[in-house]
Amino acid sequence: MSQNRITGKVYVVGDNVDTDQIIPAKHLVYDTHSPEERKLYGKYAMSGVPEEKSGLPEGGVKFIKEGTFESEFPIIVGGKNFGCGSSREHAPLALQVAGVKAVVAQTYARIFYRNSVDGGFLKPLESVENIFKSFSTGDHVEIDLDANKITNKTSGKSFELRPLGDAADIINAGGLFAYARKIGMIKSKAEANV
Amino acid sequence: MGMTITEKILAGHSGKDRVVPGENVWIDVDVLMTHDVTGPGTISIFRKEFGKDARIWDRNKVVVIPDHYIFTEDQHAKRNVVFLRDFVKDQQIENFYDVGTPDYKGVCHVALPEEGYTRPGDVLFGTDSHTCTAGAFGEFATGIGNTDAAFILGTGKLWVKVPQTMRFVFNGKMPDYLMAKDLILRIIGDIGVDGASYAAMEFAGEAVYSLNIEERMTLCNMVIEAGGKNGIIAPDNETEKYVKARTNKPYKPVQNDPDAEFASELKYDTAKIVPLVAKPHSPENVEAAERLSDVKVDRVYIGSCTGGKLTDFKAAAKILNGRKTAVDTFIVPATTDVEKGLEKEKIGSKTLLQIFKEAGTRIGHASCGACLGGPEDTFGRINGEEICVSTTNRNFPGRMGSKKGQVYLASPLTAAATALTGKITDPRKFLA
Ligand code: SF4
Repeated sequence: MSQNRITGKVYVVGDNVDTDQIIPAKHLVYDTHSPEERKLYGKYAMSGVPEEKSGLPEGGVKFIKEGTFESEFPIIVGGKNFGCGSSREHAPLALQVAGVKAVVAQTYARIFYRNSVDGGFLKPLESVENIFKSFSTGDHVEIDLDANKITNKTSGKSFELRPLGDAADIINAGGLFAYARKIGMIKSKAEANV
Repeated sequence: MGMTITEKILAGHSGKDRVVPGENVWIDVDVLMTHDVTGPGTISIFRKEFGKDARIWDRNKVVVIPDHYIFTEDQHAKRNVVFLRDFVKDQQIENFYDVGTPDYKGVCHVALPEEGYTRPGDVLFGTDSHTCTAGAFGEFATGIGNTDAAFILGTGKLWVKVPQTMRFVFNGKMPDYLMAKDLILRIIGDIGVDGASYAAMEFAGEAVYSLNIEERMTLCNMVIEAGGKNGIIAPDNETEKYVKARTNKPYKPVQNDPDAEFASELKYDTAKIVPLVAKPHSPENVEAAERLSDVKVDRVYIGSCTGGKLTDFKAAAKILNGRKTAVDTFIVPATTDVEKGLEKEKIGSKTLLQIFKEAGTRIGHASCGACLGGPEDTFGRINGEEICVSTTNRNFPGRMGSKKGQVYLASPLTAAATALTGKITDPRKFLA
């Protein structure tokens, strides 16, 4: 499959999903660099979303099934102001660990957006319209990054995405460090003796 | 066309004569702050990317302030502070305010100004979203994640997109029943939680310049709750007096050019604003306190970077003086300086501490406390279905602990008035 296409089942949430919902504060204590503890970020990803808003339109859908660490939903569709709240990078990290490849929302809180891009965790994509009501959790979805388009395969409807713009260089490089190495701003890993 | 304060600071720190909103620039960083929740992750990334033996770019420009999970027995939380300690020692960072020592300060955004790290015209980044608080000093200050902070640790630089500036002007005098919290809630209620996305929010007008520094910090603290990138207030004598008393480092105050261009300007007649409350579960659910007088509450919480400064406690004490609280009321000073201030500051012959004790409140130690929930044994944490009026800045589901809790945000005056009646109460009732 082309790198510029992301497909899978979608998990749908609404407007203003904040970082406390994405990963509740009490879980911020695990070491992100320990493989065992890192998995816990996946386990608790999206666990702060209120029950009735977990997996719209019906709600009550667990993002992570009991006893597992990864989600069956690689794509999240939300509304306005996704990722508002704290500066915690644990938020996009938790989604990445849970297996999320892309989030589609109409707007983002800037720190979440920045963290997703600079940390290379996932692709934060902006939809031109607020589209979460056109998706049901579990629908099959395809994102085409070349055509800037998201398609709900279940309903057959497509929606326009905004081009990545300036962020594309950093996303395509794989994050801020990779980008800075590419443009020669910091030493390569070999030179830095990492 | 001239530039705004924010644009001028960013131009100055990127070595350019001018910048325009939307442009990406690499800027030099004056101060980087980190704390116990985000510090360990930042340090791990720094070591991974720059090498185990790498040195930070400038040990005098990094400030480490553990404040979030302090008075807890949670083992993971304690380990975070140990991690910070090791790094600080290894890198010979002197600006460290360690837990359990006389240096311990408490909430980073209040500690930074107290210790002289916030200076007009500077660039401050912090691994915490409320780093925007320092815009009150006329500097560019904003929150970043661990990757960005690790990048700064190694290089002293970061890229930023120059924000456009939205201007909010409060004309007229500040009535005694209003606080900065009411002004910022008015704005968030009007423009919404994403109303200032990616933008700088500048506060101006007679009422704003009449506020002391701590109140100005409350205004800038909550720009993030409107989606803003940074808050800014033009520095004046009040600012310089505060800063000069705390640091002898040089700095260059920056003002708007006379022909600076603002993306928008919203003007308020301050006298028409009433004490406000943000209902669960969003800071934009703003309603007049007097219209919620039938809402019963279980507890009141006065604390945090936005509502736990000495000015906040003076305001609360004014209302609580000689009266008894009707519901559990938690007092959590932001920093150890504020804590000491409670014992020194007086109304009449009584210290604030005496007033709070006589009113039957519970007094905690300087830290973030229950503002962000935290481990289950955190002082004042909502562990059930409590309804709480709080002077903090966020009321998202589960922010102060349990998802079943309900948080109403209000000024310290309104919170104290509510503590006396057990129902949401307009403070004018007690200020006659
Ligand atoms: S007091 Fe609350 S808002 Fe302020 S830094 Fe601490 S957790 Fe964040």
